[in-house]
Amino acid sequence: MTHLADHRSDQLDQNAAGDYAFRVENIFRTYFLKGETVHALRGVSFDVRNGEYIAIMGPSGSGKSTLLNVLGCLDRPTSGRYLLDGDDVSKISDYQLSRIRGRRIGFVFQSYNLLQQLNVMENIKVPLQYQGLIGKDANQKCRELANLVGLGDRIYHRPTELSGGQQQRVAIARSLVNDPYFVLADEATGNLDSKTTEEVLDLFESLNNSGKTIVMITHEDEVAARAKRIIRLRDGKIESDVLNQDRPQ
Amino acid sequence: MIAQFFQTVDLGIKSLLVQKLRAGLAALGIFIGTSTVIWLVAMGEGVSYRAQQQILELGAKNVIVRTVKPNAGGDEDANSRVKTYGLLRADYRRIVENIPNIRRAIPMRELKFELRLDDRTADAKLVGCVEEYLELNRLQIARGRWLSPRDRGKKVIVLANETAKRLFPYENPIGRAIWVGSEFYTVIGQTKDRTASAAIGGSLDSRDYNLDAYIPLKTLRQRVGDLVMKRVGGGQGFNFVGEDVELSQITVEVNHIEEVDETAQIIETLLRKYHETQDYAVVVPRELLRQAERTRTMFNVLLVVIAGISLLVGGIGIMNIMLATVTERTREIGVRRALGATRSDIIGQFLIETVVLTASGGLAGVLFGLSVGPVFRFIKRAIMTISPDSLPPIVDSLEPRIAMWSVLLSLGISLGVGVIFGVYPARKAAYLDPIEALRHE
Ligand SMILES: Nc1ncnc2c1ncn2[C@@H]1O[C@H](COP(=O)(O)OP(=O)(O)O)[C@@H](O)[C@H]1O
Ligand SMILES: [Mg+2]
Repeated sequence: MTHLADHRSDQLDQNAAGDYAFRVENIFRTYFLKGETVHALRGVSFDVRNGEYIAIMGPSGSGKSTLLNVLGCLDRPTSGRYLLDGDDVSKISDYQLSRIRGRRIGFVFQSYNLLQQLNVMENIKVPLQYQGLIGKDANQKCRELANLVGLGDRIYHRPTELSGGQQQRVAIARSLVNDPYFVLADEATGNLDSKTTEEVLDLFESLNNSGKTIVMITHEDEVAARAKRIIRLRDGKIESDVLNQDRPQ
Repeated sequence: MIAQFFQTVDLGIKSLLVQKLRAGLAALGIFIGTSTVIWLVAMGEGVSYRAQQQILELGAKNVIVRTVKPNAGGDEDANSRVKTYGLLRADYRRIVENIPNIRRAIPMRELKFELRLDDRTADAKLVGCVEEYLELNRLQIARGRWLSPRDRGKKVIVLANETAKRLFPYENPIGRAIWVGSEFYTVIGQTKDRTASAAIGGSLDSRDYNLDAYIPLKTLRQRVGDLVMKRVGGGQGFNFVGEDVELSQITVEVNHIEEVDETAQIIETLLRKYHETQDYAVVVPRELLRQAERTRTMFNVLLVVIAGISLLVGGIGIMNIMLATVTERTREIGVRRALGATRSDIIGQFLIETVVLTASGGLAGVLFGLSVGPVFRFIKRAIMTISPDSLPPIVDSLEPRIAMWSVLLSLGISLGVGVIFGVYPARKAAYLDPIEALRHE
């Protein structure tokens, strides 16, 4: 089996391939619904370098979720290019998209989305199983990540036995297990109280400090304030793309 | 690969355990299907095995020619009190002289007869036979000895086990004399218990050897004779009817099993020339065996069809449950897709989950099916203690025999049901839109 990750596009210069986690070029996403066309994204371009921490903001209906789906390889843009570590993934098959999600992207959802029938350890391991990575090394890695998010003593607990903040930390550990190029967090603190929100944001920040690229979708200013860079969307276009002056770059 | 497979099986078990009652009820259909197949086949095999054993007792190389009482009524001599029918000593001679390839022919005459000793009586079957009768019917001597050529025409008798017990409950019968009709006979031997053999010549009862009494054929002819009078009816005066029969049976043994059918046909043709009425029957045990085999196959085919239907119903139940599961777990499917599961991963997951469900029902059914022997014996014993004699003898003597093919078949079908009825729900799960699935509440 060959995967896209194994051979890089020659069209891209080495410099770009090395520096950028991903790059979107003039992305359009149009929904066709009952004779009506909705332009959810109309010409979005930006790139994200390795080690960046960016927040994507915007009012409701501005296209945040649509952009998240494209960036997460859950959806394909109607036109435009999406270059992920050097490969254009805007026109590939469902199978290849699945493989890329499993290998290169770490998802953190608003409602945690842990699997109820599995314990902490097994939940963290799920992405590895779809890569065929199981065994001692995988278990060791999951244990280390559980320690990293501060749940080393809870690895045999079920999600129902954990608090919301703890569940979200398990989800973060899970998003890291496949060594993704970037972590895609969708309103990751939306269900948490302010204290646990702080804890989770601290965790993201420390991950970023250790080199992880983080893309955070949020509508809360306090959450966006922790990012190094903020992109604002409006009507499917980028309204502003600025560095966060309050945070050391 | 293998480790991954077991991981998926493990996941399937864990997912099913989330809703134990539901999974249990869904698997129940398969459980009942598989155990029913094994039970019914075991019962059927038990019945047919016994039938086959009894037929084999008759000898696969034998052609049995038996006297049959012709249908009464409308006969040429309706008011005659004596009926003459059956095989003749002349038939025996004709068979021996005219038919090639026969190893031996053994004549026999049997009749109901009362044996007496002091105030004890036994309603025995008095069998006039020749020396080979012992070996032919696989009888064994318990004590004393069997008839020998020197006994021909002499008043000696060998008692079967049960007959001996009735006349001599406490004593050794050997050397003692008993009344056979109006004459004394000396008991020279006693046979061991012997299981019954198949019914032949129209009667449905199997041949029970345990109430027999054997005397030389020549003695029977000379001292008892062919004509036996029987008192019938009540009221005043004596009312007798008689039957005049020379031989009850001639057992013809051929040299090779392939010659059985042809020999039987020749005998049939030969006898037809000399008998005006159908007062005999030619029975080929091998043919009986083939018939029994055909009956058994038909029965088994019927069972498999019924089992197939019940497993189909079980399978539809399983599919129903799995469709509900897929709907309920739409969110999980979305999450798994986001975490890298391909469509085939999802298909594999739900297919294996379905197969785990049906296979556990199937395995439990097989285990219960395998316990048919002890469970059946237990039920029989329970019924016996509550009301003895309520079981028909066919059930009483039935020993279920588990057929390996029925175990493998029902297990295979339950796995197959899992695959067939799991495909649709699994595909439905795999083709959900991951974005929609993730949004699902
Ligand atoms: N599956 C869809 N089909 C049709 N229109 C959609 C679909 N998803 C989103 N839209 C439309 O696209 C626009 C952007 O939506 P969305 O990306 O969900 O914005 P946000 O997440 O910022 O609220 C909205 O007008 C929305 O109605
Ligand atoms: Mg949205």
